[in-house]
Amino acid sequence: MNLWLVLAGNSVAFGGLLFLLSAGFSLIFGLMRIPNLTHGSLFMLGAYFGTSLIAAGFSFWPAAIAAGIGVAILGGLIERLLLRRLPGAELAQVLVTLGLSFMIADLCLMGWGGDPIEIATPPALRGATRVATVAFPTYRLAVIAVAAIIAAGLWGLLDRTRLGAMIRAGVDDPAMARVVGIRVSRLFTIVFCLGAGLAGFAGVIGGPILSVYPGLDQDMLPLALVVVILGGSGSLVGSFVGSFVVGFLYNFGQAMLPELAYVVLFLPMLIVLVLRPQGLFGRAAP
Amino acid sequence: MRTLTLSVSLVLLATVPLWVANDYYVNIATQILLYAVFALGLNLLVGYAGLVSLGHAGLFGIAAYAGAIFINGGADHLIAVIGALAVTLLAAAVFAVLALRGTGLGFVMITVALGQIVWGVAYRWISITNGDNGVSITTQPSPFGLSLATASGFYWATLLVFLAAVLMIWIFVGSPFGASLRGTRDQPRRMNALGYHVWMIRFLAFLFSGLWSGVAGMLFLYYNQFVSPQVVALSASAEALLMVIAGGTGTLLGPIAGAALVVIMKNVASAYISRWNLVLGAIFVAIVIFMPEGLVPGSVRLWYWVRDRLYPREGEPVRGARQKSGV
Repeated sequence: MNLWLVLAGNSVAFGGLLFLLSAGFSLIFGLMRIPNLTHGSLFMLGAYFGTSLIAAGFSFWPAAIAAGIGVAILGGLIERLLLRRLPGAELAQVLVTLGLSFMIADLCLMGWGGDPIEIATPPALRGATRVATVAFPTYRLAVIAVAAIIAAGLWGLLDRTRLGAMIRAGVDDPAMARVVGIRVSRLFTIVFCLGAGLAGFAGVIGGPILSVYPGLDQDMLPLALVVVILGGSGSLVGSFVGSFVVGFLYNFGQAMLPELAYVVLFLPMLIVLVLRPQGLFGRAAP
Repeated sequence: MRTLTLSVSLVLLATVPLWVANDYYVNIATQILLYAVFALGLNLLVGYAGLVSLGHAGLFGIAAYAGAIFINGGADHLIAVIGALAVTLLAAAVFAVLALRGTGLGFVMITVALGQIVWGVAYRWISITNGDNGVSITTQPSPFGLSLATASGFYWATLLVFLAAVLMIWIFVGSPFGASLRGTRDQPRRMNALGYHVWMIRFLAFLFSGLWSGVAGMLFLYYNQFVSPQVVALSASAEALLMVIAGGTGTLLGPIAGAALVVIMKNVASAYISRWNLVLGAIFVAIVIFMPEGLVPGSVRLWYWVRDRLYPREGEPVRGARQKSGV
């Protein structure tokens, strides 16, 4: 019984991590209409930045935030210098992000080597916390808390601020948003930076759980894809719910059917695609 | 002129092992033809149907895995090849039904996900696929008494398959069905209004494309006598797509040129640096940004431009104005 509860706890923590990764992916997809295939690479790059910053003497949380900011700047450069050159050509933009993901993966391999690097759990969060009768690793509870805080922050940003209203307008109808005077192309840069930064931050936060290794990008990108297909693009609620669904599927799949973990993960996505192509919380394309 | 070019290139292709003494270069030629078959198959979707698949390495790999498993199970080579292609067609049908729920970017995302499922199964389902260690086969067939054990023997066998692929795809593209496929790419709504079953046309094109990917996968299996999850990774799908895009989508020659470019680049690059993926990514980005229509149409456009400037003819519009490309 306890085993199941621990597994459920781990699933929630992993879902929280996935939310940090896929919220930005979903927003970029919703606004710019491109699946950003560098998103897994940005996650990995953030994690590698984090290891270097920690090795340089930073403590965990400042390193995570700095890595997030670094990746956000890189994301802004990608959007400004490359994607901006291909306006309206979504497919070409996707191919550019694909090419970039290979380059980033190879550059990480050159820079940080092929061995997995552990990120140490911050000292205050080591050990276990007892919740009722079950002991959970404290760090995972902290991940859940961080994800909840960021989810609340994103919700506030999107739902309560002027910038959020403009982003929502851009997601719903970019042409009309332009007509009423919203600079949608500047929103592209802002959202791309925000999504990239969240992915980089999530890479460091995920470090103590996943560690950092070459191929981490290829492991995370499909998860973000599944979350967005399940939840629907451009929907914060969708990526929130989708993240936890995927968190549970991934952890329980690994534990119960390790050989078919990927099938367990992707099957619900395919069912959703067949029954509801726009995702659980997405709106049908006009 | 055209017949002459065609026959000269045929003779050149057929005699490669005779004037290239080194087995290493014959093997590179074999690889080019092998990947050209794959790229031609993928181009049916990308170029002629306007559907960009990033999961085709999955079909390529399914054929190779199925073939290896049949052969190791003791099946005759003929039966193994037919069985593997049947399995590939079945997989292509499943892929098509799911992926054709979307067009454009939806299609891309679904094919990425499907390719990753195949990768996950190949990597994790160890009792069937032997996981990361891959599956080896020990025998090769000898069709029509041609031994595949030598580099030139394998080259000629691959050449036969390649020519068959070019011929069949050429006929397919020129047929009324090929025309209706291009119609669904350019004007799906009008095609629908004209009474064409757009979904069915795309579905059949997907099957045909999957079939040639499977044929290439079987060639790959016999060439390497080995298949591992590397073959079905996302980077393998991206490499195939690069061949199609680099050469030029929607042309017959483009994917062949693209396959030659990628295979040669890969062999040259790996001789000097071990960072093939970096080069692959950089070429990808450069081609998409600077030559979106691909090398072959790009060169053709340049040729028309030069010719029309050199020999201007009265009353004929200047050809080769920049056309809307598939990408």
